[in-house]
Amino acid sequence: MSSLIILAEEFVPPGPQDFELPAIALGVTKPMVQLVLAAIIVFAVFYLAARKRAVVPGRLQFAGEQGYNFVRNSMSRDIIGAHDFMKFTPYLFALFFFILVNNVFATIPFFEFPTFSRAGMVYGLAAMSWVIYNAVGIKKHGFLGYLKLQSVPSGVKGPILALLIPLEFLSNILVRPVTLALRLFANMLAGHLLLILFALGGEYLIVEMGGAYAAVGILSWVMFIAIAFLELLVQFLQAYVFVLLNAMYIQGALADEH
Amino acid sequence: MHTLTTALVVQAEEETLNPLVPHTVEIVLSLIVFGILFFAVRKFVVPAFEQAYAERTAAIEGGIAAAESKQAEADARLAELEAQLADARHEAARIREEAREQGAAIIAEMREQAQTEATRIVENGKTQIEAERQQAVTSLRAEVGALATGLAGRIVGESLEDEARQSRVVERFLADLETGTPGVN
Repeated sequence: MSSLIILAEEFVPPGPQDFELPAIALGVTKPMVQLVLAAIIVFAVFYLAARKRAVVPGRLQFAGEQGYNFVRNSMSRDIIGAHDFMKFTPYLFALFFFILVNNVFATIPFFEFPTFSRAGMVYGLAAMSWVIYNAVGIKKHGFLGYLKLQSVPSGVKGPILALLIPLEFLSNILVRPVTLALRLFANMLAGHLLLILFALGGEYLIVEMGGAYAAVGILSWVMFIAIAFLELLVQFLQAYVFVLLNAMYIQGALADEH
Repeated sequence: MHTLTTALVVQAEEETLNPLVPHTVEIVLSLIVFGILFFAVRKFVVPAFEQAYAERTAAIEGGIAAAESKQAEADARLAELEAQLADARHEAARIREEAREQGAAIIAEMREQAQTEATRIVENGKTQIEAERQQAVTSLRAEVGALATGLAGRIVGESLEDEARQSRVVERFLADLETGTPGVN
Protein backbone atom coordinates (compact mmCIF):
# COMPACT_ATOMS: atom_id res chain seq x y z
CA MET A 1 0.00 0.00 0.00
CA SER A 2 2.62 2.52 1.07
CA SER A 3 4.91 1.50 -1.79
CA LEU A 4 2.16 2.34 -4.25
CA ILE A 5 1.76 5.82 -2.80
CA ILE A 6 5.49 6.42 -3.12
CA LEU A 7 5.24 5.23 -6.70
CA ALA A 8 2.58 7.84 -7.40
CA GLU A 9 4.76 10.62 -6.00
CA GLU A 10 7.76 9.58 -8.04
CA PHE A 11 8.63 10.92 -11.44
CA VAL A 12 6.04 10.05 -14.03
CA PRO A 13 7.76 9.70 -17.42
CA PRO A 14 5.97 11.24 -20.37
CA GLY A 15 4.02 8.83 -22.48
CA PRO A 16 1.21 8.56 -24.98
CA GLN A 17 -1.13 10.26 -22.55
CA ASP A 18 0.76 13.51 -23.14
CA PHE A 19 -0.42 13.47 -26.72
CA GLU A 20 -4.07 13.06 -25.81
CA LEU A 21 -4.81 16.75 -25.38
CA PRO A 22 -8.16 17.74 -24.01
CA ALA A 23 -10.62 19.37 -26.37
CA ILE A 24 -10.55 23.16 -26.36
CA ALA A 25 -14.23 23.35 -27.18
CA LEU A 26 -16.81 21.19 -28.94
CA GLY A 27 -14.37 18.33 -29.34
CA VAL A 28 -11.87 20.48 -31.20
CA THR A 29 -8.34 19.78 -30.00
CA LYS A 30 -5.12 21.76 -30.32
CA PRO A 31 -3.67 19.68 -33.18
CA MET A 32 -6.89 20.18 -35.11
CA VAL A 33 -6.61 23.94 -34.72
CA GLN A 34 -2.96 23.77 -35.77
CA LEU A 35 -3.83 21.71 -38.81
CA VAL A 36 -6.31 24.30 -40.03
CA LEU A 37 -4.00 27.16 -39.10
CA ALA A 38 -1.12 25.61 -41.02
CA ALA A 39 -3.25 25.40 -44.15
CA ILE A 40 -4.28 29.04 -43.73
CA ILE A 41 -0.70 30.17 -43.15
CA VAL A 42 0.67 28.29 -46.15
CA PHE A 43 -2.02 29.59 -48.43
CA ALA A 44 -1.89 33.18 -47.14
CA VAL A 45 1.87 33.50 -47.34
CA PHE A 46 2.19 32.10 -50.83
CA TYR A 47 -0.93 33.84 -52.08
CA LEU A 48 0.46 37.20 -50.96
CA ALA A 49 3.86 36.34 -52.40
CA ALA A 50 2.49 35.27 -55.76
CA ARG A 51 -0.28 37.85 -56.06
CA LYS A 52 1.69 40.57 -57.85
CA ARG A 53 3.12 38.23 -60.50
CA ALA A 54 5.86 40.78 -61.03
CA VAL A 55 8.52 40.17 -63.63
CA VAL A 56 11.01 41.76 -61.26
CA PRO A 57 10.01 40.27 -57.91
CA GLY A 58 9.90 42.11 -54.62
CA ARG A 59 11.27 40.65 -51.43
CA LEU A 60 8.18 38.66 -50.50
CA GLN A 61 7.62 37.38 -53.99
CA PHE A 62 11.25 36.40 -54.24
CA ALA A 63 11.04 34.44 -50.99
CA GLY A 64 7.83 32.79 -52.15
CA GLU A 65 9.39 31.88 -55.46
CA GLN A 66 12.40 30.39 -53.71
CA GLY A 67 10.10 28.19 -51.63
CA TYR A 68 8.00 27.24 -54.63
CA ASN A 69 11.08 26.60 -56.76
CA PHE A 70 12.55 24.34 -54.14
CA VAL A 71 9.65 21.92 -54.48
CA ARG A 72 8.99 22.56 -58.15
CA ASN A 73 12.54 22.09 -59.41
CA SER A 74 14.54 20.05 -56.96
CA MET A 75 11.77 17.60 -56.16
CA SER A 76 8.99 17.62 -58.68
CA ARG A 77 10.90 18.28 -61.90
CA ASP A 78 14.11 16.45 -61.08
CA ILE A 79 12.31 13.29 -59.99
CA ILE A 80 9.14 13.11 -62.05
CA GLY A 81 10.77 14.52 -65.17
CA ALA A 82 10.16 17.57 -67.30
CA HIS A 83 7.26 15.99 -69.17
CA ASP A 84 4.73 15.30 -66.42
CA PHE A 85 5.89 17.24 -63.41
CA MET A 86 3.60 20.28 -63.70
CA LYS A 87 0.57 18.05 -63.10
CA PHE A 88 1.92 17.09 -59.69
CA THR A 89 3.76 20.22 -58.66
CA PRO A 90 0.76 21.89 -56.94
CA TYR A 91 0.15 18.73 -54.92
CA LEU A 92 3.79 18.28 -53.88
CA PHE A 93 4.18 21.99 -53.21
CA ALA A 94 1.10 22.20 -50.99
CA LEU A 95 2.02 18.96 -49.24
CA PHE A 96 5.59 20.00 -48.44
CA PHE A 97 4.77 23.33 -46.89
CA PHE A 98 1.68 21.97 -45.15
CA ILE A 99 3.75 19.28 -43.43
CA LEU A 100 6.63 21.66 -42.78
CA VAL A 101 4.47 24.26 -41.03
CA ASN A 102 2.68 21.60 -39.01
CA ASN A 103 6.03 20.15 -37.95
CA VAL A 104 7.50 23.52 -37.08
CA PHE A 105 4.53 24.14 -34.79
CA ALA A 106 6.35 21.79 -32.43
CA THR A 107 8.99 24.48 -31.90
CA ILE A 108 6.96 27.69 -32.19
CA PRO A 109 6.12 29.11 -28.73
CA PHE A 110 2.50 28.73 -27.58
CA PHE A 111 1.92 25.95 -30.08
CA GLU A 112 4.75 23.61 -29.13
CA PHE A 113 3.00 20.54 -30.34
CA PRO A 114 3.74 18.62 -33.53
CA THR A 115 0.45 18.15 -35.34
CA PHE A 116 1.67 14.98 -36.96
CA SER A 117 2.42 13.27 -33.68
CA ARG A 118 -1.27 12.48 -33.98
CA ALA A 119 -1.38 9.25 -35.95
CA GLY A 120 -4.75 9.98 -37.51
CA MET A 121 -3.50 13.17 -39.20
CA VAL A 122 -0.62 11.29 -40.81
CA TYR A 123 -2.74 8.31 -41.81
CA GLY A 124 -4.94 10.64 -43.80
CA LEU A 125 -2.01 12.08 -45.76
CA ALA A 126 -0.36 8.68 -46.26
CA ALA A 127 -3.62 7.17 -47.52
CA MET A 128 -4.00 10.10 -49.90
CA SER A 129 -0.45 9.58 -51.19
CA TRP A 130 -1.18 5.89 -51.68
CA VAL A 131 -4.35 6.59 -53.63
CA ILE A 132 -2.64 9.21 -55.78
CA TYR A 133 0.38 7.27 -56.94
CA ASN A 134 -1.61 4.11 -57.53
CA ALA A 135 -4.30 6.01 -59.40
CA VAL A 136 -1.67 7.72 -61.54
CA GLY A 137 -0.13 4.33 -62.38
CA ILE A 138 -3.46 2.63 -63.11
CA LYS A 139 -4.53 5.52 -65.28
CA LYS A 140 -1.39 5.30 -67.34
CA HIS A 141 -0.82 1.53 -67.58
CA GLY A 142 -4.27 0.06 -66.89
CA PHE A 143 -4.98 -1.99 -63.77
CA LEU A 144 -3.18 -5.18 -64.80
CA GLY A 145 -0.40 -3.31 -66.56
CA TYR A 146 0.19 -1.30 -63.41
CA LEU A 147 0.17 -4.39 -61.19
CA LYS A 148 2.70 -5.94 -63.53
CA LEU A 149 4.84 -2.82 -63.49
CA GLN A 150 4.93 -2.70 -59.71
CA SER A 151 5.15 -6.44 -59.03
CA VAL A 152 7.19 -8.04 -61.80
CA PRO A 153 10.79 -6.88 -61.82
CA SER A 154 12.14 -6.67 -65.32
CA GLY A 155 15.13 -8.76 -66.32
CA VAL A 156 14.21 -11.60 -63.94
CA LYS A 157 13.12 -14.97 -65.31
CA GLY A 158 12.24 -18.42 -64.07
CA PRO A 159 11.09 -19.68 -60.66
CA ILE A 160 12.74 -16.81 -58.80
CA LEU A 161 9.78 -14.77 -59.96
CA ALA A 162 7.54 -16.77 -57.67
CA LEU A 163 9.55 -15.37 -54.81
CA LEU A 164 10.02 -11.86 -56.12
CA ILE A 165 6.50 -11.04 -57.25
CA PRO A 166 4.90 -11.24 -53.80
CA LEU A 167 7.82 -9.36 -52.33
CA GLU A 168 7.65 -6.58 -54.88
CA PHE A 169 3.90 -6.34 -54.54
CA LEU A 170 4.25 -6.15 -50.79
CA SER A 171 6.93 -3.49 -50.80
CA ASN A 172 5.55 -1.34 -53.61
CA ILE A 173 1.83 -1.52 -52.92
CA LEU A 174 1.21 -2.50 -49.32
CA VAL A 175 4.19 -1.37 -47.25
CA ARG A 176 4.75 2.07 -48.77
CA PRO A 177 1.82 3.90 -47.17
CA VAL A 178 2.61 2.29 -43.82
CA THR A 179 6.26 3.35 -43.82
CA LEU A 180 5.30 6.76 -45.16
CA ALA A 181 2.90 7.30 -42.27
CA LEU A 182 5.00 5.74 -39.54
CA ARG A 183 8.17 7.60 -40.49
CA LEU A 184 6.57 11.00 -40.14
CA PHE A 185 4.36 10.16 -37.19
CA ALA A 186 7.01 8.32 -35.16
CA ASN A 187 9.65 10.99 -35.73
CA MET A 188 7.32 13.73 -34.58
CA LEU A 189 6.06 11.74 -31.60
CA ALA A 190 9.52 10.62 -30.50
CA GLY A 191 11.05 14.06 -30.89
CA HIS A 192 8.35 15.69 -28.84
CA LEU A 193 8.50 12.92 -26.27
CA LEU A 194 12.21 13.46 -25.91
CA LEU A 195 11.70 17.18 -25.39
CA ILE A 196 9.04 16.61 -22.74
CA LEU A 197 11.29 14.07 -21.03
CA PHE A 198 14.23 16.45 -20.79
CA ALA A 199 12.05 19.36 -19.74
CA LEU A 200 10.04 17.52 -17.08
CA GLY A 201 12.99 15.41 -15.98
CA GLY A 202 15.12 18.50 -15.51
CA GLU A 203 12.34 20.20 -13.60
CA TYR A 204 11.85 17.15 -11.38
CA LEU A 205 15.57 16.90 -10.66
CA ILE A 206 15.87 20.55 -9.75
CA VAL A 207 12.61 21.10 -7.90
CA GLU A 208 11.91 17.72 -6.26
CA MET A 209 15.37 16.28 -5.74
CA GLY A 210 17.62 19.33 -5.39
CA GLY A 211 21.27 19.26 -4.31
CA ALA A 212 23.65 17.49 -6.65
CA TYR A 213 20.73 16.31 -8.73
CA ALA A 214 19.95 19.91 -9.61
CA ALA A 215 23.19 20.10 -11.60
CA VAL A 216 22.09 17.09 -13.62
CA GLY A 217 18.73 18.80 -13.98
CA ILE A 218 20.41 21.83 -15.55
CA LEU A 219 22.34 19.54 -17.86
CA SER A 220 19.01 18.03 -18.79
CA TRP A 221 17.68 21.47 -19.74
CA VAL A 222 20.78 22.14 -21.83
CA MET A 223 20.04 18.89 -23.60
CA PHE A 224 16.47 20.07 -24.04
CA ILE A 225 17.70 23.14 -25.94
CA ALA A 226 20.15 21.13 -28.03
CA ILE A 227 17.48 18.62 -28.96
CA ALA A 228 15.05 21.40 -29.78
CA PHE A 229 17.49 22.56 -32.46
CA LEU A 230 17.96 19.01 -33.66
CA GLU A 231 14.19 18.77 -33.88
CA LEU A 232 14.11 21.77 -36.22
CA LEU A 233 16.27 19.80 -38.60
CA VAL A 234 14.13 16.70 -38.19
CA GLN A 235 10.97 18.71 -38.84
CA PHE A 236 12.34 19.92 -42.14
CA LEU A 237 13.80 16.56 -43.09
CA GLN A 238 10.58 14.67 -42.40
CA ALA A 239 8.55 17.06 -44.54
CA TYR A 240 11.22 16.77 -47.25
CA VAL A 241 11.36 12.98 -47.14
CA PHE A 242 7.58 12.63 -47.16
CA VAL A 243 7.25 14.75 -50.28
CA LEU A 244 10.35 13.31 -51.92
CA LEU A 245 8.97 9.80 -51.52
CA ASN A 246 5.62 10.94 -52.88
CA ALA A 247 7.41 12.27 -55.96
CA MET A 248 9.41 9.06 -56.33
CA TYR A 249 6.32 6.87 -56.00
CA ILE A 250 4.55 8.92 -58.64
CA GLN A 251 7.58 8.71 -60.90
CA GLY A 252 7.74 4.96 -60.37
CA ALA A 253 4.06 4.61 -61.23
CA LEU A 254 4.57 6.66 -64.39
CA ALA A 255 7.72 4.86 -65.47
CA ASP A 256 7.53 2.70 -68.56
CA GLU A 257 9.92 0.05 -67.28
CA HIS A 258 11.99 -0.37 -64.20
CA MET B 1 -6.41 6.00 -1.06
CA HIS B 2 -7.22 8.80 -3.46
CA THR B 3 -3.62 8.93 -4.70
CA LEU B 4 -3.70 5.24 -5.24
CA THR B 5 -6.76 5.54 -7.43
CA THR B 6 -5.12 8.26 -9.50
CA ALA B 7 -2.03 6.14 -9.95
CA LEU B 8 -4.11 3.20 -10.97
CA VAL B 9 -6.13 5.29 -13.38
CA VAL B 10 -2.92 6.62 -14.96
CA GLN B 11 -1.61 3.09 -15.13
CA ALA B 12 -4.80 1.88 -16.76
CA GLU B 13 -4.85 4.73 -19.26
CA GLU B 14 -1.29 4.00 -20.28
CA GLU B 15 -2.20 0.45 -21.01
CA THR B 16 -5.20 1.31 -23.14
CA LEU B 17 -3.59 4.26 -24.93
CA ASN B 18 -2.00 3.24 -28.19
CA PRO B 19 -0.64 6.20 -30.16
CA LEU B 20 -0.89 4.17 -33.36
CA VAL B 21 -4.65 3.98 -33.09
CA PRO B 22 -6.03 7.01 -34.88
CA HIS B 23 -9.08 9.11 -34.19
CA THR B 24 -11.30 8.91 -37.23
CA VAL B 25 -12.07 12.60 -37.00
CA GLU B 26 -8.38 13.41 -37.39
CA ILE B 27 -8.07 11.34 -40.54
CA VAL B 28 -11.08 13.03 -42.07
CA LEU B 29 -10.03 16.48 -40.93
CA SER B 30 -6.49 16.20 -42.29
CA LEU B 31 -7.83 15.06 -45.65
CA ILE B 32 -10.38 17.86 -45.82
CA VAL B 33 -7.97 20.58 -44.72
CA PHE B 34 -5.22 19.45 -47.02
CA GLY B 35 -7.70 19.00 -49.85
CA ILE B 36 -8.88 22.58 -49.48
CA LEU B 37 -5.30 23.81 -49.28
CA PHE B 38 -4.38 21.81 -52.37
CA PHE B 39 -7.21 23.20 -54.48
CA ALA B 40 -6.59 26.75 -53.28
CA VAL B 41 -2.89 26.48 -54.03
CA ARG B 42 -3.54 24.93 -57.41
CA LYS B 43 -6.03 27.61 -58.35
CA PHE B 44 -4.42 30.75 -56.94
CA VAL B 45 -0.76 30.23 -56.11
CA VAL B 46 0.85 27.93 -58.66
CA PRO B 47 -0.64 29.64 -61.75
CA ALA B 48 0.49 33.01 -60.41
CA PHE B 49 4.06 31.82 -59.94
CA GLU B 50 4.08 30.08 -63.29
CA GLN B 51 2.69 33.17 -64.98
CA ALA B 52 5.38 35.30 -63.38
CA TYR B 53 7.98 32.82 -64.63
CA ALA B 54 6.53 32.82 -68.11
CA GLU B 55 6.43 36.60 -68.20
CA ARG B 56 9.97 36.79 -66.91
CA THR B 57 11.14 34.33 -69.55
CA ALA B 58 9.31 36.28 -72.22
CA ALA B 59 10.74 39.56 -70.98
CA ILE B 60 14.29 38.22 -70.94
CA GLU B 61 13.93 36.54 -74.30
CA GLY B 62 12.25 39.65 -75.70
CA GLY B 63 15.09 41.78 -74.39
CA ILE B 64 17.61 39.47 -75.97
CA ALA B 65 15.70 39.46 -79.25
CA ALA B 66 15.47 43.26 -79.23
CA ALA B 67 19.18 43.55 -78.53
CA GLU B 68 19.91 41.10 -81.31
CA SER B 69 17.76 43.01 -83.81
CA LYS B 70 19.44 46.27 -82.76
CA GLN B 71 22.81 44.65 -83.21
CA ALA B 72 21.85 43.33 -86.62
CA GLU B 73 20.55 46.75 -87.59
CA ALA B 74 23.77 48.37 -86.48
CA ASP B 75 25.79 45.77 -88.36
CA ALA B 76 23.77 46.34 -91.51
CA ARG B 77 24.20 50.07 -91.15
CA LEU B 78 27.93 49.71 -90.64
CA ALA B 79 28.22 47.47 -93.68
CA GLU B 80 26.20 49.97 -95.69
CA LEU B 81 28.43 52.84 -94.61
CA GLU B 82 31.54 50.84 -95.35
CA ALA B 83 30.18 50.00 -98.77
CA GLN B 84 29.45 53.68 -99.34
CA LEU B 85 32.93 54.57 -98.20
CA ALA B 86 34.46 51.99 -100.51
CA ASP B 87 32.30 53.33 -103.35
CA ALA B 88 33.43 56.85 -102.62
CA ARG B 89 37.07 55.76 -102.55
CA HIS B 90 36.60 53.92 -105.77
CA GLU B 91 34.89 56.90 -107.33
CA ALA B 92 37.68 59.20 -106.20
CA ALA B 93 40.31 56.88 -107.64
CA ARG B 94 38.39 56.68 -110.88
CA ILE B 95 38.09 60.45 -111.10
CA ARG B 96 41.76 60.86 -110.36
CA GLU B 97 42.65 58.35 -113.02
CA GLU B 98 40.35 60.03 -115.45
CA ALA B 99 41.87 63.42 -114.70
CA ARG B 100 45.32 62.01 -115.18
CA GLU B 101 44.33 60.52 -118.50
CA GLN B 102 42.64 63.73 -119.56
CA GLY B 103 45.69 65.74 -118.52
CA ALA B 104 47.93 63.42 -120.47
CA ALA B 105 45.62 63.65 -123.47
CA ILE B 106 45.56 67.44 -123.23
CA ILE B 107 49.33 67.60 -122.98
CA ALA B 108 49.69 65.28 -125.94
CA GLU B 109 47.22 67.33 -127.92
CA MET B 110 48.98 70.55 -127.04
CA ARG B 111 52.27 69.03 -127.94
CA GLU B 112 50.88 67.92 -131.24
CA GLN B 113 49.38 71.33 -131.87
CA ALA B 114 52.66 73.01 -131.02
CA GLN B 115 54.47 70.60 -133.25
CA THR B 116 52.08 71.32 -136.08
CA GLU B 117 52.40 75.04 -135.48
CA ALA B 118 56.15 74.80 -135.42
CA THR B 119 56.17 72.75 -138.56
CA ARG B 120 53.90 75.29 -140.16
CA ILE B 121 56.06 78.21 -139.07
CA VAL B 122 59.18 76.43 -140.27
CA GLU B 123 57.43 75.63 -143.52
CA ASN B 124 56.37 79.25 -143.91
CA GLY B 125 59.86 80.43 -143.18
CA LYS B 126 61.28 78.00 -145.67
CA THR B 127 58.84 79.12 -148.34
CA GLN B 128 59.58 82.77 -147.60
CA ILE B 129 63.27 82.18 -147.62
CA GLU B 130 62.93 80.25 -150.85
CA ALA B 131 60.87 83.07 -152.32
CA GLU B 132 63.38 85.70 -151.16
CA ARG B 133 66.24 83.57 -152.41
CA GLN B 134 64.51 83.21 -155.69
CA GLN B 135 63.95 86.95 -155.75
CA ALA B 136 67.56 87.54 -154.78
CA VAL B 137 68.74 85.09 -157.39
CA THR B 138 66.64 86.80 -159.97
CA SER B 139 67.85 90.27 -159.04
CA LEU B 140 71.42 88.98 -158.62
CA ARG B 141 71.28 87.38 -161.98
CA ALA B 142 70.29 90.69 -163.51
CA GLU B 143 72.90 92.64 -161.52
CA VAL B 144 75.60 90.07 -162.06
CA GLY B 145 74.87 90.37 -165.80
CA ALA B 146 75.17 94.09 -165.65
CA LEU B 147 78.24 93.92 -163.39
CA ALA B 148 79.83 91.32 -165.55
CA THR B 149 79.09 93.42 -168.56
CA GLY B 150 80.52 96.53 -166.81
CA LEU B 151 83.57 94.63 -165.60
CA ALA B 152 84.11 93.08 -168.94
CA GLY B 153 83.80 96.55 -170.57
CA ARG B 154 86.42 97.92 -168.17
CA ILE B 155 88.68 94.95 -168.56
CA VAL B 156 88.41 95.31 -172.23
CA GLY B 157 88.98 99.14 -171.90
CA GLU B 158 92.13 98.79 -169.83
CA SER B 159 95.25 97.07 -170.94
CA LEU B 160 95.43 93.65 -169.70
CA GLU B 161 99.16 93.34 -170.03
CA ASP B 162 100.40 92.76 -166.59
CA GLU B 163 99.12 91.17 -163.58
CA ALA B 164 99.33 94.37 -161.47
CA ARG B 165 97.16 96.12 -163.81
CA GLN B 166 94.74 93.32 -163.78
CA SER B 167 94.54 93.29 -160.07
CA ARG B 168 94.32 97.05 -159.95
CA VAL B 169 91.36 96.90 -162.23
CA VAL B 170 89.71 94.29 -160.10
CA GLU B 171 90.42 96.15 -156.91
CA ARG B 172 89.06 99.31 -158.29
CA PHE B 173 86.04 97.52 -159.40
CA LEU B 174 85.52 96.11 -156.04
CA ALA B 175 86.09 99.47 -154.40
CA ASP B 176 83.57 100.94 -156.70
CA LEU B 177 81.23 98.25 -155.65
CA GLU B 178 81.85 99.01 -151.99
CA THR B 179 81.50 102.75 -152.25
CA GLY B 180 78.50 102.26 -154.40
CA THR B 181 79.97 104.44 -157.06
CA PRO B 182 78.83 102.93 -160.15
CA GLY B 183 82.00 103.34 -162.00
CA VAL B 184 80.65 101.41 -164.89
CA ASN B 185 77.01 101.99 -164.73
